[in-house]
Parts: sequence; C-alpha cells; structure tokens
Amino acid sequence: MSNRLPTGGRVDRSAPLRFTFDGVEYTGLRGDTLASALLANGVLTVGPSLYRERPRGIVTAGVDDPHALVQLERPHSEPMQLATTVELCDGLAAISLQGRGRLDEAPDEARYDKSYLHSDVLVVGGGPAGLAAALTAGRSGARVVLVDDQPELGGALLGGGREAIDGRPALTWVAEVRAELDAQPETRVLTRATAIGYHDQNYVLVAERRPDLPGGGGRLWHFRARQVVLATGAHERPLVFAGNDRPGVMSAAAVRSYLNRHAVLPGRRAVVFTTGDSAYATALELAAAGAAVPALVDTRPEPPAALVEAAGAAGIEVLTGSVVVGTEGEARLTGVRISALADDGSELTGPVRELACDLLAVCGGWSPAVHLWSMSRGTVRYDEQLAAFVPDSAAQAVRAVGSGRGRHDLAGCLSEGLTAGAEAATAAGFPVTAPVVPSCSGDEQPAPPRPVWLVPGEEGDPSTWRDHFVDAQRDATVADVHRAIRAGMRSVEHIKRYTTIGTAHDQGKSCGVAAIGVIAQLLGARSPGDVGTTTYRGPYVPVSFALLAGRERGPLFDPVRTTPVHPWHVRRGAVFENVGQWQRPHYYPRPGEDMDTAVWRECRAAREGVAMMDASTLGKIDVVGPDAGVFLDRLYTNGFAKLPVGSARYGVMCRADGMVFDDGVTVRLAPEHYYLTTTTGNAAAVLDWMEEWLQTEWPELRVRCTSVTEQWTTVAVVGPRSREVLAALAPGLDVSNEAFPFMTVRHTELANGVPARICRISFSGELAYEINVASWYGLAVWEAVLAYGAHAGITPYGTETMHVLRAEKGYPIVGQDTDGTVTPQDLGMAWIVARHKDFVGKRSFDRPDTSRADRKHLVGLLPVDRSELLPEGAQLVAPGADLAAVPVDPLGHVTSSYRSAALGRTFALALVRGGRDRIGDTVLAPLADGRTITATITEPVLFDPKGTRRDG
Amino acid sequence: MLLIACPWCGERDETEYHYGGQAHVAHPADPAALTDAEWGEYLFVRANPKGDFAERWLHSAGCRRWFNVVRHTVTHDITAVYPAGQARPDAHTEVTA
Repeated sequence: MSNRLPTGGRVDRSAPLRFTFDGVEYTGLRGDTLASALLANGVLTVGPSLYRERPRGIVTAGVDDPHALVQLERPHSEPMQLATTVELCDGLAAISLQGRGRLDEAPDEARYDKSYLHSDVLVVGGGPAGLAAALTAGRSGARVVLVDDQPELGGALLGGGREAIDGRPALTWVAEVRAELDAQPETRVLTRATAIGYHDQNYVLVAERRPDLPGGGGRLWHFRARQVVLATGAHERPLVFAGNDRPGVMSAAAVRSYLNRHAVLPGRRAVVFTTGDSAYATALELAAAGAAVPALVDTRPEPPAALVEAAGAAGIEVLTGSVVVGTEGEARLTGVRISALADDGSELTGPVRELACDLLAVCGGWSPAVHLWSMSRGTVRYDEQLAAFVPDSAAQAVRAVGSGRGRHDLAGCLSEGLTAGAEAATAAGFPVTAPVVPSCSGDEQPAPPRPVWLVPGEEGDPSTWRDHFVDAQRDATVADVHRAIRAGMRSVEHIKRYTTIGTAHDQGKSCGVAAIGVIAQLLGARSPGDVGTTTYRGPYVPVSFALLAGRERGPLFDPVRTTPVHPWHVRRGAVFENVGQWQRPHYYPRPGEDMDTAVWRECRAAREGVAMMDASTLGKIDVVGPDAGVFLDRLYTNGFAKLPVGSARYGVMCRADGMVFDDGVTVRLAPEHYYLTTTTGNAAAVLDWMEEWLQTEWPELRVRCTSVTEQWTTVAVVGPRSREVLAALAPGLDVSNEAFPFMTVRHTELANGVPARICRISFSGELAYEINVASWYGLAVWEAVLAYGAHAGITPYGTETMHVLRAEKGYPIVGQDTDGTVTPQDLGMAWIVARHKDFVGKRSFDRPDTSRADRKHLVGLLPVDRSELLPEGAQLVAPGADLAAVPVDPLGHVTSSYRSAALGRTFALALVRGGRDRIGDTVLAPLADGRTITATITEPVLFDPKGTRRDG
Repeated sequence: MLLIACPWCGERDETEYHYGGQAHVAHPADPAALTDAEWGEYLFVRANPKGDFAERWLHSAGCRRWFNVVRHTVTHDITAVYPAGQARPDAHTEVTA
C-alpha cells in the first residue's frame, strides 16, 4: 500500500531509493527520512516497547520521537538511531530495536573531526526566527554562524504549506535569505548540525553529520560566540489518556510535516485531538489531501469561531470541550473513544462516542525547546497563558526568540528574530538596525490553549491507570507516577528517578513537560509551574563517543615520545614499556629468552662486565642566572649554592607539606649554570614547580629555567669495565679515578668527533658514566658506545634491569617507592635534610605527624623462600595477625620486588610501619590467591652496602 | 569551558590553563616562627566561598605565567584578572595589565 501522494512535498520523485527495514525491501525517495519512507510504504509500526512489549509506532518527525529506534546496518553500522532523523539513502538497511541497540564489533571506519571557531553571533536554529536573526546580524558585517539540524533550512516552514511572507510562499523567502547569507563573506551556514551543549561563556558544542563522507562520520564544532541567539523551536506535547501509545497515535504537527514535506498521508481516516489552534491546520490539510477526517476533538469549550467554521466547511465535525478517552486496535489503531470533559477537567461528562479511524493526530500543546537555554544557566518560568515553560532571565550573552520562547505566529517569530539579530550584532560591536518586519499570513497568533494534563480514565482511578502512558519509552504510566507520590516523593527530580520518566533515549523531549503536568495534577498543585522542571543536561541529542574522540584514538590518543635511539631499540627487538608518554626499552630478549632470563643476563653484565642504557628520557632542566644556587638551595632539602663548578650532587625536593616530590642529580656547569635532572615521569611537574616558586614567591631571584630534556641524549655506561670503554671512546679524556672522580662532570670530544658532557654518576652502585650529547648525535653516539664496548661484551639493558640494580642498592624511585605521604626521613635519608638553611617543606618536619616514630619506613624484604617473588603492592601484616578481622591491621606494603642476579635470590623494598625498628623481624604477605609469603625485614641496601664498587 | 583573559596573551580557552587554587596565600616569611596550627593553616586550609573568589591560574600551554583571577564560583563570571603579586582589586573593577 502506498501512502505517497502523487504531487507535492520536498521529495525528488525522479530519485527512487531502495532500502530494507527488518529485512523487507522498500522504495523511498530522495528527501525522505527513514520514517517518512516507511510511512509512505504503509509501515507505521516499529520495535515493541522495552518492558511491556506493546506494539509501538512512529509518532513524530524529529529528534523527539519516543519509539522509532533502529539499528542502522548500511551504509554504516550505527546503533540507536531514530528513524525520524535518519536521511534515506540508496541501499540503506535498518532493523527495528526494542529500546536497546548493540555496538558493531568491527572497527568504525567513519571519519570524525573537530573544528574550533570564534564568532560574533551564533544563531542556533534555521527556522523563520533563526533565519531572521542571522540575516540582520549578517548584514552588520559581524562574523555570524547559523546552525540547523535539518538538511535544509526553514524549520517548521518545511512542514507547512499555507504560510506566506510578503505575499509569496514562505519557503521562497527562506531560499532568498539562504542566498543572501551565503553571499555574506563573514557568515557561515551549517546544516545537519545540532547544537548539543551550551557551556560557560558562550561555548557551544555542535555535532555536524556528514553523510557525504565515504565511510560516514561527522564533525564536532566548538564555538565560542560573543553573542548567541537561540531559535530552537518547540516540541509538540503528547496527551496522557488511556491507550495513547497505540501505533497510529501521532503528533499532529508531525502528521502535517509528513503530508507537506514528504507528500505522505500517514492515515486514511483521521481524528484530530488538540488543546489549541495549531492542529486545525493538520485537520484541514489531511482533508484536503484526501483523508476522511470525521472529527476534530478540541478540549476548549469555545474554540475560535473562524477555525470551527473552516473545519465545518471541510466537512470536519468539531467536538468542543471534549477529549479522547481511549483507543481501539491491536497492532494499529482502529478507532477512538471520545467524551466530554468537565470544566475543571476532573471527570468525564456525557456519553462516550466511538469513531473508527486509523490515525489520531494529537496536539497536547507546545513546549519551547529550552534545553540549550537551561544549559546556559538561564532560568525558565511557567507561562500560564501559553501553558509552557519559557525562557526567563539569561545568565549569559544569549537571547531566545520565536517558538523557542513561546512565540507561535510567523510574524512574531520574524519580528523577534530580526530584532534579536540586530541586538546581538550591535552588542558584539557591529551596530545594525533591524529591518521592517515583512507581512505574513497563514500562521496567525493562536488563541489560548486549554491544557489537559491528564485525561481521566473511563474507569478506576490514577492508581490503576496503567495504559495512560506518561513516558512510553520507559513504559511508565500514570499508575507509576501515582505510586511514586504515594511513596512520599514530591520533587520532580525524585519522581523522575523513581519512575525513570525522561531517562530514555530522548531524555524527556517528548514527555518531559507532559509528565510535569501529570505530577502537578496528582499532587494537587495549582499548575505545572509549582512543580518545576528537571535539570536539562547536554547533549541535546545522543552523540557517539567516536564523534567526541575525533582523531584522538589509536596512536593519536596520546602523544608518544621516543628518544633519538629508538630506531635502534626497535631493530634490536626491545620489548617496550610506557613511562608516562615515553616508550622505553623494558628489556632486550635474545632468541628464546623470557623477561626473567633477559633481565638476569642484563643485570649480570652490569655487575660483572659493562652494560649500557638509553637514559635520555630523564628530565633535564637548565637552571641559569646569578641566583640559581640560592634558588636551588630553597627548593632542595640539601645545599647547592656551594657546589663546586664541575661537580654533581644528588638532591631531594619536597612539597611544602614535607613529602618527597622528586629527586635527581644536579651538575654545576658554570657559576651561574646548573644542569638539573628529574625522574622521567616528573620532568614537566618539576619545571612547573620551579617556575611557580620563581614567579609567585621569589620574583626577585634572577633565575631562568629551561627544559632541555629533548635537547640531550644520555647514554649510561655501567659496570666494572665501563672505564676502559670510556677510555677508548673518549681518547682525550683522563678517565682515571683521580682525574675524573665520582660525582664530577667533564667535557670532551669523543673519538667520532662529537662533543660530549660526561657525568660520573651511578644509579646502580657500579662504576658508571652518563654520556650526554646533543640529541641529533644521539643514535651515532649510542652506536659508537656499542662499538667501543664490543670487545668487553657491552650489553644494552632496559628499565627493568635499571630497577633491579637500583633496588639492590636501596635507591627509591619517587612515585613507586613513594606515594606523596613519604618524607626523606621515611626513606632513611635524614642525611640529605640540611639543618642550617630553610627550604620548601622544612617546617613540616617538625609537625607532630611527620615526627611520629611509627611512620612507614622504606626497608628491604627478603622472602624466606629465596625463589618466591613478592607481588608489588602486596599488603604486609605481622605474624599472628588475625586475618579474619575486618580490616586486617596492616603493617605496610611492598613497593618494589625483583629477582636479583647479584644476590642470587628474590628481594623487595617495602614501606613498613616503624620499619627501621623491625629490622630482622618477620612479616607476612597474605595474597589474594590464598598463599602467604613470609619475609624478613632488612636494611634497604642489600648489595655492596659499603659502596666499594663505585670507583671500579 | 571558561574563557580566561591572560594578562599577557588575552582571551584563551580554559584548556590552555592550569588551576592554582586560592590566591594570596603567601609562603610564610619565617616558617620556623609559626606554631604547628599556623603552619597547618598555611598548608591545608583554604577558603571555599559561594561567590567571588580570588584564585591563581597558570597559562601553562601559553606564556607559562601565573596570574590571579577573581571568579564567581556560582556564575563563573570573571570580574578581574591581574598579575601575580598585585593586591586583589575591588571585585567589581575590571583590571587590565
């Protein structure tokens, strides 16, 4: 059965499009939505309701449809799309959904982008009011953006037909405005673009659909506008009566839109049910299109005489002061039951009359789309005359116009738009006056509606009205609202959450205000205004995470940082680990090696021969200026002002609360030039910290800090044979212990001609050097070290070996062995805390909390079973602790744990309450898998405690 | 997304900045002279007003300078922006650097 009219509509009859719905093939036209194409093919019913599995049909023609959820399969897989907003294309395939969609497992090939734009005036909505606003604002020369969610401009005029501007069809005016906007150099018009969020200081997010892209996709626009005009239109409300969810019960405005825009007649015998004027046009146009319209049911006892007369002339009986009290039919409406309603709306009066029909076009009034207005923190008020919540006071530089603020006649919408556009442009610095409002006809100021929030049932009372649907998406009824109120709820926010009304995919666009009306009625409130609205939150329509992510996914999700040596690591087959944004070699397995074996081998090379590591990710900061030494003295717990030029010193930095923040070695290169290193993950935070103190507390200090992390490549050469490798690599350097002692720096030219800054520092306890070269020489110098060390079997090692070596020496890693609650004293580093100078955090060491004897101390742990590895993070308890107690009294936790080649056993570092007073004690680590590991507490330095190895 | 006028760079999106908490909490000149309670007050206690609040911001992805902002904690209206080290101006006076 075809419901397509032979003429009219904004569809292209020369462009038939094939599509399937639930596996059945149909044909539609270019210009159709999926919903209009289905209606044209006589398909009204979509997926059944979520909980009660009642048949449901298409209701509206836009984003507020409660039922028409589909899963798109072609051209792109998209879950939870509304058939009323999906543009038909050739080959489209969709299946109906019962409330829930499903994500496609296949990767999304669609292209999503982000764009950022500043505008003087942003106009949301391309109906008559928005077009008028954009037109005047654009004429001022201001940068204007107009966004609209439809494929073409015109708003409600697209679904009309009788409206005229300056004596010509209104859509002619729309086309002329569009042409003028396109000709304005600073104006941009975006269609298929839905404003989804309105944030602080006129920051508006707009989701643009781009079906023209080969794989589909869209663009997320971030607009910052000096002035905003909201011309968002209004949503037609449903009415709450028995059986109001039956397929065939549709929005009156949607019926009119399908007729005029898509040339589709959704029913052959239609009853219209309205609380106001607007549905009369639907009735008249249905009749004109050939449908039988036996009755128009108007809640008002005395509708405007001209409308009644026009209906009568078309053969439509107007039943005044009446309501539809019930519907008949199974999968589709077959008839309605009509009764008169008492003046106070409390009861039905008079006999019930039955009328056969296959379509009921309902207008329960109009709710301005105040969503964006409310998101901008503008207030709304209830207008008794309009029976609607309308924008009240603005919180930002924004104006609401047209039916979005309750103005429903065309001339009024144009007038408000032209004025608001002029005001907005003028306020943005582009003075302009509004032109004269053109003459309009076909859409006059409506007479006041008579809202009916709850049509009484023919039987029972609200507690039994289970077919009076309030939110059909949630199968929530008047009986559910009644139960919520009986349970003691009064706030609309509570009732919403209790009944789930307004929480489905349309977030209450269709039912929200109708629900407030029902709540007001059942609470005995004077009006819906006394109940108020729930909070409007973005996004206005559902958006996909893919759109929000844009290009920032996969490799572009977060920047990846690599060192100049990275290609070599890759070639060598390194296994990488992420350290912050850095990719660092974790270990270098040889064929057949697992991680434990590789790390064991790498550790032995460092302790017994020579090994090398890419330490370039270490944070590096140049601290320069006459007061550099004073500055570092104030930040580090130990002194740097007296550090001799050419020497290096390890330092610890604390926050003001005395907790360790970072550590690292600083070299004094010149009297006014220090070269400071930080932990890899903390480099940016340390630079921030230094700049903050310089700018906010000590602006008088003459110091500048510059990050040079990426300017230097650092190669650590480690092990008893490192000196002989360096001697060959740096022939001009006297590498003897006397000439180049521990914690000093030397500058030299390497054998390959590269200038190098070489520091004799050690993070392993072994004789070691760190060779710093300009990063563009990094790879060449790495390969040179490898070549000059080949005879000694130089072995590259990764971060895991570095961790084992440092842990064997009890060197903590800030952020692994500390967690922001650990002082230097807790780490056993009281020696590094200067007594005779002040520094950030010093005062905190005198706080009672930091002086407690039972603070957690860093200690070593040796599992009694020498091969058993404690998991990092394992909680520790005392022997005999009651493991059934909740919570178990904890002693501390394991912070680092490894297998040690040098010790020939496993070991760990841990933070243990009063740990330094428990050396030699036994602790237990009860694990989640039921095992308990027993370990002995030791000093944290387990290897070479006397430091005999550092000079080689 | 706030729009914040950096005193040196002009109006930029909030994502270019880092928040720095309450302004005008100076590091005590002589911490050793403070009682534990006074030092604790400096470390841990901050105002949390409903209304105008003087707070620090860092233009971290721009000029990397710290400055102060008077922002209304309910409306997010920014009524003053001024360099670090300056006294808080009258909350309703626009200050330009």
